[in-house]
Amino acid sequence: MSAHEQFADDLTLYALEVLQGDERVALEEHLEGCSSCRRELERLRGDVALLALSTAGPAPPQRARQRLMTAISNEPRSVPASVPPVRARRWNWGWVAAAAMFVIAAWFGIQSDRLAQRAANLQNELASQQAELQRTRDVVATLTAPEAQVVTVAEPNTPPQPQGKAIYVRDRASLVFIASNLPALPPQKAYELWLIPTQGNPIPAGVFKPDARGYATVIHPSLPAGVEAKAFAVTVEPEAGSSTPTLPIEMLGS
Amino acid sequence: MLSLEPQGAETDLALVSGIRSGDESAMARLYDRYSAIVYSVALRVLGDSGAAEDILQDVFMQLWRKPGVFDSTRGNLAAWLAVIARNRAIDKLRKRKPESDIEDVVVSVQPDMAGAAERSRAMEKVRKTLGGLPESQRSALEMAYFEGLTHTEIAAMTGEPLGTIKTRIRTALLALRKAFEG
Repeated sequence: MSAHEQFADDLTLYALEVLQGDERVALEEHLEGCSSCRRELERLRGDVALLALSTAGPAPPQRARQRLMTAISNEPRSVPASVPPVRARRWNWGWVAAAAMFVIAAWFGIQSDRLAQRAANLQNELASQQAELQRTRDVVATLTAPEAQVVTVAEPNTPPQPQGKAIYVRDRASLVFIASNLPALPPQKAYELWLIPTQGNPIPAGVFKPDARGYATVIHPSLPAGVEAKAFAVTVEPEAGSSTPTLPIEMLGS
Repeated sequence: MLSLEPQGAETDLALVSGIRSGDESAMARLYDRYSAIVYSVALRVLGDSGAAEDILQDVFMQLWRKPGVFDSTRGNLAAWLAVIARNRAIDKLRKRKPESDIEDVVVSVQPDMAGAAERSRAMEKVRKTLGGLPESQRSALEMAYFEGLTHTEIAAMTGEPLGTIKTRIRTALLALRKAFEG
């Protein structure tokens, strides 16, 4: 039983991985400095493990075993070099020193193997992340390519209208804005995108100029995190941008 | 902490040592020993054999990729695998990212689960203990364990106070511990 009764119930929920929110944060902070509660957590996890025994049911199908064995065959791992046996014939300091050197070398060998394994894991993760990054780059390159063919699909026989799409993820402060059919700007002017929050003043979300076809994008402008957007708007501003929007509003969407 | 070495058979640690060396046959023998526990808990949580197979694959692949995460200080391998499998199944059920890193999971458990006979005896005792609990305690524990429901969610579903639910879950879990201490 933990010496910290006030955490006893929460510790049980934590062992079951069902403790959330502030209670979880408070308990994790407590666990960092409380070895008694950490030991109790280990025991509670053991108790939780016993519950698995109440579930005994059908054995997994044979194909699952084959699937696993195929998968591990495709992920061969480096095998540590075998260590030859050492026999000391008599107490000889030269041999003791040699043996000590051997043990140290073997220890470094083991560490080296572990490092090699960790490096291999990191390399796999890196390859995965690089692939993801490449996909992201491809998307951005397509969106921003000068030679990209941009087609706005609308009802037939309607004159093209300026329009934009803002895709915003509040928690990541991530915004992608794509506009088309924008009128050409006067000299030394630019369009500016605004995030209009549910509370407070409009937040600048990127200055941009359309290309000759009236197409423009804003990718991931600098924004504060966690701002809930009520609407997005576009105004015409000086090329350097403004801190507050200048009327009239050219485009607005919520 | 327990000593969990099956009599007359390769110990779990010997098999994990083989896995560390890249011995695929050691992995196969460990799978044969514990796949039923991992699969059955995942199947009970997810209720879908395909999804349970995915968890089975995931848990053993993690052991293959990172055998260093399990050593004698982690406790009983069977219990450790059961905890990892159940947690991963709940993560999948609730469509959330893993709440805990397998490298942080340490399990201390009394009964030896390395041998089939020991597991069978422990299984009978667990079922008997759960069956002997008051219905309110057993259902609260099972809702948390098999459905991953928080005490807040259980309280909302049952109309019971939060504190009552917390206490019921803890009392039920400790009854299980007591059954193996006696």
